[in-house]
Amino acid sequence: MPLLELKNATVQYNGTAVLNNLSLGIEQGEKIALVGQSGAGKSTLLNLLYQQCKEDAALVPQDLGLVRSLSVFHNVYMGRLNKHPSWYNVVNLIKPLKKEVDQVLPILIQVGLEEKVFEPIRELSGGQQQRTAVARAIFKDSSIFFGDEPVSAVDEHQSHTVMQAISASHQTVVLSMHDVELALKYSSRVIGLKDGDLVMNEPSGSLKASDLDGLYKQ
Amino acid sequence: MTASISSNGFKAGSKPRPLLRISLGFLVIALVLGLLGDFEITTLDPWIEIERMVAGIITPDFSATEDLWSAVVNTVAFAILGVALGNAMGFPLALAFQFRAVRILCAFIRSVHELFWALIFLQVFGLTPLTGVLAIAIPYAGIFAKVYSEILEESDPAPLQTLPKGTSSISTFMFVRMPDAWAHFKTYALYRLECGLRSSAVLGFVGLPTIGFHLESAFSQGRYSEVTALLIIFYVIIATIRKWVHARLIPLYIILALLVIPWTGELATSNLVRFFTYDILPHPLRVAETFDMGTLSALGAWLSIMWNEQALPGIIATIILTQVALVGSGALTLLFFPLISPKFFNTFGRTTGHIFLVVLRSTPEYVLALIFLLLWGPSMLPAAVALALHNGAIIGHLIGRYTEDMDLRPDSPKGLNLYAYDVLPRLYPQFLAFLFYRWEVIMRETAILGILGIATLGFYIDSAFADLRFDRAMFLIIVTAILNIGIDTLSRYIRGRLRLRTTADVV
Repeated sequence: MPLLELKNATVQYNGTAVLNNLSLGIEQGEKIALVGQSGAGKSTLLNLLYQQCKEDAALVPQDLGLVRSLSVFHNVYMGRLNKHPSWYNVVNLIKPLKKEVDQVLPILIQVGLEEKVFEPIRELSGGQQQRTAVARAIFKDSSIFFGDEPVSAVDEHQSHTVMQAISASHQTVVLSMHDVELALKYSSRVIGLKDGDLVMNEPSGSLKASDLDGLYKQ
Repeated sequence: MTASISSNGFKAGSKPRPLLRISLGFLVIALVLGLLGDFEITTLDPWIEIERMVAGIITPDFSATEDLWSAVVNTVAFAILGVALGNAMGFPLALAFQFRAVRILCAFIRSVHELFWALIFLQVFGLTPLTGVLAIAIPYAGIFAKVYSEILEESDPAPLQTLPKGTSSISTFMFVRMPDAWAHFKTYALYRLECGLRSSAVLGFVGLPTIGFHLESAFSQGRYSEVTALLIIFYVIIATIRKWVHARLIPLYIILALLVIPWTGELATSNLVRFFTYDILPHPLRVAETFDMGTLSALGAWLSIMWNEQALPGIIATIILTQVALVGSGALTLLFFPLISPKFFNTFGRTTGHIFLVVLRSTPEYVLALIFLLLWGPSMLPAAVALALHNGAIIGHLIGRYTEDMDLRPDSPKGLNLYAYDVLPRLYPQFLAFLFYRWEVIMRETAILGILGIATLGFYIDSAFADLRFDRAMFLIIVTAILNIGIDTLSRYIRGRLRLRTTADVV
């Protein structure tokens, strides 16, 4: 029995099929990369999988879901809002508690944001915002991680650090990626989509970057 | 008219036409009503009064009365306490705004002008600080509730998707909804404090110890040097509001306001009960011993007299004045906004324009009307001009700021050509949105100008209070409230039809 499973899933928006009759199983401990052109159905598939297990999964959606007026610290802390009573959360909102800052800080160091702890999100670059969303997901301490292009705006050097952090802190990882090299390096299996069809489902070890070219041709 | 808008108004290529048509429609209505209404100059020689006013303006007298400074302090104190209490009541109401009952309650309390609330509370609490504070706080609570709920609705829902399961609703609200709304709340509350200062000043006209009290006696005795001094202090307070209001200082200001406010007068709770359970009941119900057909027909006769002799003429005058003032405000807006726009004037010109507009919009419309009333004698003219100037300055300021962010092509024309061919067509939808949003505010203000003797609904309400006929006053206040809510609904409908933005920033 796989951890996540789709059987003959079909999704349509306004009569246009986004996913065609797609069947897929994901085992615990797998690191999955969803690849394909934009519009191929990656985000739809990712959300469909996330809905199956959202109670113990962390998500970095495409729009990141950050609260722009709050600091990096507060946005990361939001990953554990359910772990504390409301009054404690409100106190920590008004005056960040040292105990919580000490817990968040190591994760911010991992993603290279330790100098931006108390900066509001709207002051950050796109890459820094993405890293904050990843930090929030890691802080949530779930066993499954879902990310929709979580490092697309992060520079090349840092994207490796962030990908390693994601991999190290989650048992199962499902990412949609447009960077083929990164996808191959940090996944155990690649799932390729084209126009809503599953056209590739291979272990990453057996693939070269050029093998994925077909996904991006018209 | 609306049918023709929907039938051919939104075809591609003809988009501006509905806006033009509705503008012309309102213009024609205002012209016709202007002919029907009583607009004239009745004073024999306005120039004598003008000369005395100008003499007063150039010789402001800050030592005219020792009460001048205490009046200024009271004005600020009443405004701070009223706006703070309105905020404290409006915020929880905003959270409950999804309930129809709450929306109706808020629509009602904000449709009654603060001067009328003051007249009501004067009967209940007498000339105590509570009357002044509540007169501001109650209608403002209704306004805060509406605007705050709109702001909360606009906060970004995206973070909700990523919240861990089991997050309490309080934590969700505080972390997701509040942070984005907070800055808007602060901006809006600051703007409301500016309005509160004007309201507080005007409350002096019904006897509270704010600057309106001194303005009224100074005006009536022609002591224009004193008027000028009072107004200058008032302008300085409003113009520097961003300098002296900081979130951290608010608690301190509230404590200071509580300390300086004159805690005079007796509070009698028996008044409260009697007023709301007996005084405001229609006369036939109060004198009736049993509730039978006789009482009912007496009540019918009372209602019919009230409607025919007071409510209906009041409504007609209110609508005439509102429509003329609305179109006047629009015309003046289009004249005023270039004064502060970098597209038309250099820094020096704009500074002058800013001062001009600040003075016009900081002067309570009631005071402006009083000035024109002294110059021109009683008719609708002083009220219409006062409302048009005041509201034209407010919308002109907003539209002028709006042009700051407008990009022009490098070879754009200049001056009048730029105005007519480029700037005006581009900002016209925004202009109409602001103007229609202001419609209901203008109507509320026309009603209170009745206290100056212009026969709008406010005139009949004021007379009823003066005669201690509270049943009549309450009936007319309810009629006024319904009329305001009707205009507000109509305005929202028109804005929706014309696809104009329906939420206001700071109008």
